[in-house]
Amino acid sequence: MIKLSKLLKVFAITYLMFLYAPALLLPIFSFNSSQIISFPLSGFTTNWFRELMYQETLHEALRNSLIVAVSSSIFATTLGTLASRSTSRYNFPGKQVSLTFILAPLVLPEIIIGVSLLIVLIQLGLPLNLWSVVLGHTLLIMPFSILIMNSAFSNLDISLEEASLDLGENQFGTFRRVILPLVYPGVMASLLLGFTLSLDEFIIAFFLTGTETTLPVYIWSLFRFPKLLPTTMALGTILLCVSLILISLSEYFRRRAAKSNTSVL
Amino acid sequence: MSTLVKVQEVFKSFENVHAVNGVSLEIEEGQFYSLLGPSGCGKTTLLRLIAGFELPTKGGISIDGISMDGIEPNRRPTNMVFQNYAIFPHLNVEENVSYGLRNKGIPKSEHSKLVDEALDLVGLAGYNKRSSNALSGGQKQRVALARALILKPKVLLLDEPLSALDKKLREQMQSELRHLQRAVGITFILVTHDQQEALTMSDKIAVMFDGRVAQEASPRELYELPNSQKVASFIGEMNFVNGKISNDGQEVHVQTEIIDTLKISKGRVFGNSAKNNLILGIRPEKISIHPSRSKIDGALGGKILDVSYSGETTHYNVQYSTDAKSLTVSIQNAIGQQIYSVGDDVYLQFDKENFIAFRE
Repeated sequence: MIKLSKLLKVFAITYLMFLYAPALLLPIFSFNSSQIISFPLSGFTTNWFRELMYQETLHEALRNSLIVAVSSSIFATTLGTLASRSTSRYNFPGKQVSLTFILAPLVLPEIIIGVSLLIVLIQLGLPLNLWSVVLGHTLLIMPFSILIMNSAFSNLDISLEEASLDLGENQFGTFRRVILPLVYPGVMASLLLGFTLSLDEFIIAFFLTGTETTLPVYIWSLFRFPKLLPTTMALGTILLCVSLILISLSEYFRRRAAKSNTSVL
Repeated sequence: MSTLVKVQEVFKSFENVHAVNGVSLEIEEGQFYSLLGPSGCGKTTLLRLIAGFELPTKGGISIDGISMDGIEPNRRPTNMVFQNYAIFPHLNVEENVSYGLRNKGIPKSEHSKLVDEALDLVGLAGYNKRSSNALSGGQKQRVALARALILKPKVLLLDEPLSALDKKLREQMQSELRHLQRAVGITFILVTHDQQEALTMSDKIAVMFDGRVAQEASPRELYELPNSQKVASFIGEMNFVNGKISNDGQEVHVQTEIIDTLKISKGRVFGNSAKNNLILGIRPEKISIHPSRSKIDGALGGKILDVSYSGETTHYNVQYSTDAKSLTVSIQNAIGQQIYSVGDDVYLQFDKENFIAFRE
């Protein structure tokens, strides 16, 4: 038995290394003074980060990405909260079917979502711009939002809502004064996770973006210029850090949502 | 006293389950009223119908002469204490207690005075800023009470409020609730499955089985004169013995194995079966045990089968016939009371006035 557990430990460590070692190369090369991405490292520099400050198109892509990420995470969280609230609290015909369809993007390849949305938008004669990307990302984020909100709502004791009604509050007031404050950590987790997902999403953005590119699409276009590769590494490092911070925050809120109202009973 | 809550021929079904099956009740103003029954008898559903959380499939409920048809829970003159208290976990004690004041249109300047009064009433003075997560079960119970009573409802509904508390605290809360009810004069409707609780607290009890009210009476009447075998065995303990009617007149004469001829007044005979057989009931504490037959007339001989001691009382199981029929006898462990052990030959004496008969 001891042997087996040791073997499993080795396996787990190897697995984690394969998973994260490539990501660790980003920060290493972003501080390397050579333009060529290869070992051995030639020296330490922060030039690549400095260069980022002067790239106009990069700033524009960043601005676009922020617009898309903020909008789509807000849309997805709002819709996800409502969908999750209705499916966790009420029974109605077609509930399971509609829920399955809303959750489908979790398992659908993004390329299929991207291509099919593109066809639909073109058929409808709608222009491709940042808002079409927002649409695609909202679709992509909503399943995550619903899953997070489902766990927040399932921890919500129904008698708390009844108590609020019983004390003279109406449905809307009950939602605002009792339900929302209690599922608020879930809302925060959903917003943060949605923001992160949208910020580094490439495939859907690539298909649906018009002339305004988002950050991942911009980074992809940089690969045609090997000279710019180290700056891309620097940019990637920043994105990696931001993503890690956002995901940790989101996880923190998700855990709070999961235990906030169970402790009182 | 006038009728405050009127329940008229109310039915409530959930899909195929008939939770409430034709209940009519009149609850008087200022009463401590209990709905008592085993789990699944429809008592909680009836309470929720009064609160407005469920709508009757058929029938109507009125409070203070006003029909509750189509009136939402937040517009009813009722407040509820939930089984799990339903204290808002994100609000402190004061915010919980004052939650409903805003909806009643009471100006904010009066809130703190009212909250202090309500907390004082339930014995939690000074707990205003306490987090609701830091409260014990009994304290949550009190906050739930204060939160409801501060709104001065016409009816306070209590859904098994004491079931989650340990025995000692439960008994203490029982007497506190009773005092509180007398002090505020609000009509209380309590749902409970604990017959002891219902008997000690209530002015009136409705015993429910299978969605119907089996008997509605004062605690004493319910215990002394249960109107069916089912009620009799649900409220406390009762011995049942078969009997044969020998004379069915103003007094019913019954031949039994334990007493040759027993005369029972009409008022103590329940049920309207025309059959010649009936079932006699007698409470275990209405039988006494004696070591010898001397000076007792009509005593029944038997043998102690089992003894169970429970502090105040001792329960004896006494076999009285050759085919292993037995009676339970409960004896107060008073000073000088003789103690019997298994196998002792004894004689039983019955308090004949206390027999009741069921013709079912």
